[in-house]
Amino acid sequence: MNMPGIEQIIALYASYAACLDEQRFNDWPDFFTSDCVYRVIPRENHDAGLPLATISLSGVGGLRDRVYGVTSTLFHAPYYQRHIISLPCVKGADGEALLVETNYLVLRTKRDQLSEVFNTGRYIDRIVMTDAGLKFAQKLCVFDSELIPNSLIYPI
Amino acid sequence: MTTAQTDDFATVWSGSGSSRIPAPVYTDPAIYARELDRIFYGPHWNYVGLEIEVPEPGCFKRTSIGERSVIVIRNRAGQINVLENRCAHRAMQFCQEKSGKVKTLVCPYHQWNYNHDGNLLGVPFQRGVKGQGGMPDDFRLEDHALNRLNVAVRNGVIFGSFSHAVEPFEDYLGPAVLACFDRTFDGRALVLHGYSRQRIPGNWKLMMENIKDPYHPGLLHTWFVTFGLWRADNKSQLIMDDHGRHACMISKRSETIDPAVTEGVTSFRRNMTLNDTSLLDIVQEPWWNGPTVCMTTIFPNVILQQQVNSLSTRQIIPVGPGAFDFVWTHFGFAEDTPEMTARRIHQANLFGPGGLVSADDGEVIEFSQDGFEQDQAFSAQCELGGRDVADSDHMVTETLIRGMYRYWREVMAI
Repeated sequence: MNMPGIEQIIALYASYAACLDEQRFNDWPDFFTSDCVYRVIPRENHDAGLPLATISLSGVGGLRDRVYGVTSTLFHAPYYQRHIISLPCVKGADGEALLVETNYLVLRTKRDQLSEVFNTGRYIDRIVMTDAGLKFAQKLCVFDSELIPNSLIYPI
Repeated sequence: MTTAQTDDFATVWSGSGSSRIPAPVYTDPAIYARELDRIFYGPHWNYVGLEIEVPEPGCFKRTSIGERSVIVIRNRAGQINVLENRCAHRAMQFCQEKSGKVKTLVCPYHQWNYNHDGNLLGVPFQRGVKGQGGMPDDFRLEDHALNRLNVAVRNGVIFGSFSHAVEPFEDYLGPAVLACFDRTFDGRALVLHGYSRQRIPGNWKLMMENIKDPYHPGLLHTWFVTFGLWRADNKSQLIMDDHGRHACMISKRSETIDPAVTEGVTSFRRNMTLNDTSLLDIVQEPWWNGPTVCMTTIFPNVILQQQVNSLSTRQIIPVGPGAFDFVWTHFGFAEDTPEMTARRIHQANLFGPGGLVSADDGEVIEFSQDGFEQDQAFSAQCELGGRDVADSDHMVTETLIRGMYRYWREVMAI
């Protein structure tokens, strides 16, 4: 495999953030491989080796179910998200996958409200090159935030 | 937003009964202060954790009862203590880690040193330095222990009370609720799966109401109504202790649908299917003895969840009248197969702050609180199924909420 350059990796994260912040949730699963793992995990569980995640999805089908759940079944106050993602740190490679970590900050703005820090942590990702470009084979969102401000609805 | 503070508890709730709940019950700082005093710090048992969280001598976890910080710690003999996280010297909340393992508890300010039972072992310079200073002659180490709470441990679950006059835990629950408690916690070894924590901007009682309210799940929660996990045609049972303060909502998932309970219910999605069907890969467990769900509210601060294969405790930590922290501790059993462990964790996607079912409970609580705060003259209506308090064999009733407020009025003298 031709290892992607840092520019391609940066472009992947930029597209990912734009997809979520523009609320194109139906496009979100397209950033992942068909057998992906996507998990949003409190740091305390991750650090202690505890398996519980706040959201734990397997495969692109699981991501599509989550999108349906979020957009069609959950009642919640609407809000904007704004992802600020740090420059990627390429930690190494594992077979075909690049191991990449980035810090993230998600700001939330609810209607009529001030903007607030909603969730912050780091992505621990496995990125693979496919015929359709770079995809996430794994995305772990390990968040520092000790308390979720009420509920976590949209993907991070 | 300004919230009036009552100076006359007698006029807060003028009507009799418990089916119309005045807004100040959810918003008034003076009422909240009385709740902390009489309920959280009074003769009630508060959940503080599971024994598996402090597996060995010296292992501790920090948590709160009401707004008071406490440390749950196992001593050298293997017994569980609940100690107030407040140095006897200068009130330092000396324990800042959430969990860990220690030989002794040391307050870093002046190095007062306590054992696992909270007894003071020593203080620096007690007899002075070179004949100067030191503690008075009548200083006794035994007069300066950490505040040690009353503790009840039942089948791996730990409760604490600031009251040493509170009745035994088993009597506190009463036989009917105790039977539901023991159905999950029958002495089998537990395994910790992890935590979720959220802050919900609503009065703490609204969460107790939510899990005493069998009316909403089949209406608000698409996933419950569509997949039959909680629906008004499910065979069900609502039970309380004699005081009406604790309750259990017990039900069995329907394989068929009675059209009367889905007609006009906009959250019902007849044609909804999942790409990842493993989310609802429900496996009947022998210990259920029939019911697929049992939600137990133990007044004042914990909800015990069995919803199909997903198990959790949900602890309420109030932070003022208008908010509470909600701590989910998910667990399984040591005897679980790896497949069952994976199933429990996967089904947890339905619950917690990001849960496909539970996330909107937090949201509706927030908006209820907003509504109470905008008009102190308002009273909530709680009259589904009548105005009385009684066990029920159906779920079209708010009787469990009325039960809690009947007890609340007694304790609060409101």
